[in-house]
Amino acid sequence: MAKAEDGTNPEGHIWRIAPTRRDMFGFLGWGGVLTSLGIGSLAFVRFMYPRVLFEPASRYGIGKPVEYGVNSVSEKWIKALRFWLVRFDDRFVALSATCTHLGCTPRYLGTEDKFKCPCHGSGFRGYKGSWKALGVNYEGPAPRPLERYLLATDDTGQLVVDLGKAYRIDKGQADETGAFLPYA
Amino acid sequence: MEKKGWWDIVRSSYVWKSVFRHEYQDTYRNRVLQVSSNVFLHLHPTKIRRHALRLRFTWCMGGTTFLLFLILVVTGVILMFYYRPTGEYAYHDMKYLQFDVPFGMIMRNMHRWAAHAMVIAVWLHMFRVFMTGSYKPPREFNWVIGVNLLVFTLLLSFTGYLLPWDQLSIWAVTVGTNMGRATPLLGHEGPFAELVGVNARYDARALLTAGRLVGPATLLRFYVLHCIFIPLVAAVLMIVHFWRVRKDGGISGPL
Repeated sequence: MAKAEDGTNPEGHIWRIAPTRRDMFGFLGWGGVLTSLGIGSLAFVRFMYPRVLFEPASRYGIGKPVEYGVNSVSEKWIKALRFWLVRFDDRFVALSATCTHLGCTPRYLGTEDKFKCPCHGSGFRGYKGSWKALGVNYEGPAPRPLERYLLATDDTGQLVVDLGKAYRIDKGQADETGAFLPYA
Repeated sequence: MEKKGWWDIVRSSYVWKSVFRHEYQDTYRNRVLQVSSNVFLHLHPTKIRRHALRLRFTWCMGGTTFLLFLILVVTGVILMFYYRPTGEYAYHDMKYLQFDVPFGMIMRNMHRWAAHAMVIAVWLHMFRVFMTGSYKPPREFNWVIGVNLLVFTLLLSFTGYLLPWDQLSIWAVTVGTNMGRATPLLGHEGPFAELVGVNARYDARALLTAGRLVGPATLLRFYVLHCIFIPLVAAVLMIVHFWRVRKDGGISGPL
């Protein structure tokens, strides 16, 4: 194979035999530029996710259990904390008021006993069926049931809700500790 | 020697000649030079073929879109003199502009209606280009640029939607950003989310909302995107778009 001394092949095309000094500087130069751009881009993505979010706390005391009537949907915390406190014969459930479709706030329609979202018409079951069926989607575009927030009591017997911990009954989490609060 | 009027003195001055570097006679060559030696005018071709002026063919929708963009830049900058993108001020500044600032109402409404009109004009432009087959080679690359410009136009509308900071804004953007949850790979409820390892705190939606919900941090983010980032990117793409129109044979030209 005839390789010409000047780095061209017999047809006269440029045919690099070995990287030149210029190639090396080109590689290092562009490599440096691309590397710093890459590191800069990664840093920018991380920059956009702050470590601390200045958002409201997630745990709230919401009063004594006796303040809520048996077999009822309480709208007391809808405006402030965006959930319904539902009391059954034997338990409490804190039902999220964030539609599982695209995040609007449904309304509780008492006469029809359902939760109805004003944005795209999703409907969720009310409390008159079983406690397990509470908030299950049955009409409109919502893909899954409303979530349930962690419910517990503190030392004084006050109810405590944690909006930072949600249970999904479509994932079989309805029976987990915290997904409801036994109270007879 | 002929007596020189003030206009002749201005035109023969050093400053005038530095800006307008051609002679003033109305000759064919000077007409071309007037355009090609001016940085602003040269974006437009020096010569336009007669058929390019046929409105029935082009609908002038691309030009209309650009005009509306310029209106939006001017009115938008004017609105920025009063608008503060923070949770406690944004809504009141919008109301202040509308009900008290002189000409604030017309500036806000021009911005709003031009924005609506720009979206419509972009769609009609795309429709015309499609119906006349102007996406075919060698213009296929410019079609791609155009699709990107369409996306950035829609993103400008979406980010501008939050800025009035009223109930409509907040819930519309809540719905819009929640769609981001379903982004493939990057949204925490989308396909392959587990594979990538994104969660509600670190995913495509959180990048936009900067938090659990649409809040003041989201407002600031959308403001920066709306006023700085997206207009800059769109302007660069527009330059490429117009440039390619000329390089690919001009508007409406047969190849």
